[in-house]
Amino acid sequence: MSSQDIPEENLPAEQSAGHDKHAHGAVSVADEENPFADPGLPPHEHRIQDVDERAAKRSERVVALLFTVSMLATIAFIVAYVVIPNDKSIFVFPIGHISAMNFALGLTLGTALFCIGAGAVHWARTLMSDVEVADDRHPIEASPELRAKVHADFREGAEESAIGRRKLIRNTMFGALALVPLSGVMLLGGLGPAPGTKLRHTMWAKGKRLVNMNTNQPLRPEDVAVGSLTFAMPDGLAEHDENFQDEIAKAALMIVRLQPGNIKDKRELDWSHEGIVAFSKICTHVGCPISLYEQQTHHVLCPCHQSTFDLSDGARVIFGPAGHALPQLRIGVDDEGYLQALGDFEEPVGPAFWERG
Amino acid sequence: MSTAPNQEPRSRGKAPAGERIADWADGRLGIYSLAKANMRKIFPDHWSFMLGEVCLYSFIIIILTGVYLTLFFHPSMNEVEYHGSYIPLQGQLMSEAFNSTLHISFDVRGGLLVRQIHHWAALIFLAGMFVHMMRVFFTGAFRKPREINWLFGFLLFVLGMFTGFTGYSLPDDLLSGTGVRFTEGAILSIPIVGTYISMFLFGGEFPGHDFVARFYSIHILLLPGIMLGLVVGHLILVFYHKHTQFAGPGKTNKNVVGMPLLPVYMAKAGGFFFLVFGAIAAIAAIAQINPIWAMGPYRPDQVSTGAQPDWYMGFAEGLVRYMPGWEINFWGHTLVLGVFIPLVLFGLVLAAIAVYPFIESWVTGDKSEHHILDRPRNAPTRTAFGVAWVTVYMIGLVGGGNDLIATHFHLSINAVTWFVRIFFFAGPVIAFIATKRICLGLQRRDRDKVLHGRETGIIKRLPHGEFIEVHEPLSQEQLHTLTAHHQYEPAAIGPVVDENGVERKVKASEKLRAKLSNAYYGEDNQIPKPTVDEYKEITSGHGHH
Repeated sequence: MSSQDIPEENLPAEQSAGHDKHAHGAVSVADEENPFADPGLPPHEHRIQDVDERAAKRSERVVALLFTVSMLATIAFIVAYVVIPNDKSIFVFPIGHISAMNFALGLTLGTALFCIGAGAVHWARTLMSDVEVADDRHPIEASPELRAKVHADFREGAEESAIGRRKLIRNTMFGALALVPLSGVMLLGGLGPAPGTKLRHTMWAKGKRLVNMNTNQPLRPEDVAVGSLTFAMPDGLAEHDENFQDEIAKAALMIVRLQPGNIKDKRELDWSHEGIVAFSKICTHVGCPISLYEQQTHHVLCPCHQSTFDLSDGARVIFGPAGHALPQLRIGVDDEGYLQALGDFEEPVGPAFWERG
Repeated sequence: MSTAPNQEPRSRGKAPAGERIADWADGRLGIYSLAKANMRKIFPDHWSFMLGEVCLYSFIIIILTGVYLTLFFHPSMNEVEYHGSYIPLQGQLMSEAFNSTLHISFDVRGGLLVRQIHHWAALIFLAGMFVHMMRVFFTGAFRKPREINWLFGFLLFVLGMFTGFTGYSLPDDLLSGTGVRFTEGAILSIPIVGTYISMFLFGGEFPGHDFVARFYSIHILLLPGIMLGLVVGHLILVFYHKHTQFAGPGKTNKNVVGMPLLPVYMAKAGGFFFLVFGAIAAIAAIAQINPIWAMGPYRPDQVSTGAQPDWYMGFAEGLVRYMPGWEINFWGHTLVLGVFIPLVLFGLVLAAIAVYPFIESWVTGDKSEHHILDRPRNAPTRTAFGVAWVTVYMIGLVGGGNDLIATHFHLSINAVTWFVRIFFFAGPVIAFIATKRICLGLQRRDRDKVLHGRETGIIKRLPHGEFIEVHEPLSQEQLHTLTAHHQYEPAAIGPVVDENGVERKVKASEKLRAKLSNAYYGEDNQIPKPTVDEYKEITSGHGHH
């Protein structure tokens, strides 16, 4: 195997006449000493459009066709916008029933835009010069003279300002500039109230009836069947209330009926009524409402991050990222036989926080 | 094309209108000196260089469609009863934000299309930035002088995530509201100040009446304003530094080889904007995204299964899902490690990739400019680190979708979660080792190709019966391309004794640097590229394979 013979064609590429750019720094002489040397830019390879005018014409027609299709698509867009009723739905395989308007507008707009792009790119690739040329790079860093000049200028300016000499001015200025942003920070104080004990309390209080979220009726013990999951809110809260969202975010309750014999946790049993237990619906992880109940095992699962709690054992965490058990609400029955709370939750509901303790 | 200064007084009527306008503008803005430097600026060609363009164009599309959406959207949490044209939700209580989003989707002609283009473009913007960032990382394009532009790009990615998050939270639907609740829970976990930040962000307790309006101003003004500035800076720096290029014949560290901006890249890049916009419009026509009417308005006591954030938040979601629920109670306080650690990790994982260029330049001690891109194989340790990082990110994504993976593949959710918990640690290590081995293998193959030529697949039988495969020697272009990369020597700790024979103290940082340098460039951590002497020695032995 002989070593490389470097053909003449590998010498620097043909350059368009009068063009002053060429491959700087490239070792442009075939080098027997160094076969790894840079042979310089390879010669330009002609495309068919460069040598065959008919091929170039074909490309021109393709580009013009693409631009024409774009024009037609825009007209189709306008027609679709005017003609198609907003609520019309059509069946498109395999997507299914979709809005005719959205489908027509999107496809016509997409076609109009895409064809402009395709035309431009095809034009660039087939008809514009594809001769590669080299451009010089210059170091980003300034020359030592320039660097020295700038440093000297800066020193001169700084000296003229006397900032180094008049320390009193400098220090008070820094002081003023450091303090003035505090006003902005203070103004941010209006963004919200201090937390106080807001996160510790919910609407639940002694004597508040448990109202079924679905029927808006107060619950009786006999409404809660074994194996069902019931969601409840405190009596006196209505959807139209100004602060409904804030209150339900803390007070949402889930109720299940267990066989009293199945309740493993003593406090849970004490706080239940005939096996009916009420727990906060708000996950102690990051606050999603828990809504999946497995009636055989009495496990509830938060669908957001899969924290799993055992409702028959004080709602302790048995899997997932939650850090502590769901708070339980102490319940009983009032004189008229409705389920009622016997107080607020004893600990904050929802995600843990620094002051929770 | 005439560039010769025209000494005669110009007769205004004769020059073409375009030229006269350009002259007018030049007299006021000096555009000709700008054009001289940039109009025929050379850009190198490589398919991976268009990834950044995808980001730029989707960003422009997002701004265009976003401005349109603000004309109809009401950033208010006032509760109203729905009376629009979507029958299933009529009579429902919902915020004005949700109501106006339904109005855009069902009553504004073309409103749904613009909404879907906006959302799809956002997903593509983030995906584009991720892939573009990986391209820059794996080719070493972040090296001097481009470290600042790497940081600009990184900031764009992070700000893009938060702009996306505040954007998809605006409709106040059940899915996005769940995400906001999750954010509130994560903020509450911050020690000491968490509850205050939460109260200040939401104007009181969650959800309050303020967050949509606040997110709106963050989403349409604050973050995009910063991003627009960063995008402009990013582009100016790309022009100023001139684009990087891969090694090849005629391509050096001191030149840039390619085609001129006018006309080739005007047409290609300009055309590419329309291609991206057209493709996104077509996607928005056929692929539904964020159907908020199917989810309904947000209620803090309701949720749907399979709740997922947009993909770019999935990694953070994953961290929160597979972290064990550690909580420490002491002196009346709670340290919510189960949520706070993921929050910190989220920042740390992102920061790791952001600071990487500075770590590498500290290890190499290289102060020179780099305009020739590395092939990933020629920087095995960097490439391995990058793949390990991507692995952590992807494990996060898998963790964030653990419920969907469990239901779609009929797996136990607990098993999926445990898999992710283990592979959060094991995955990057395996990925690092495997990637490094692959890189070294590829380097060996390049070395063999240079020294022994290309395998032709032609089997020749020699007179004495031996079969050999004919190897074809590479051309000088190929030889140059495969040997053009620079290889560092591992940094050694300098002499421990100074010129006076006094022992000097070797700083810990110096030792660490030497260790890292050895891990990067030491024996067995990179394959030495063939030297000219090796090449000559082998090629002079005629005929011997």
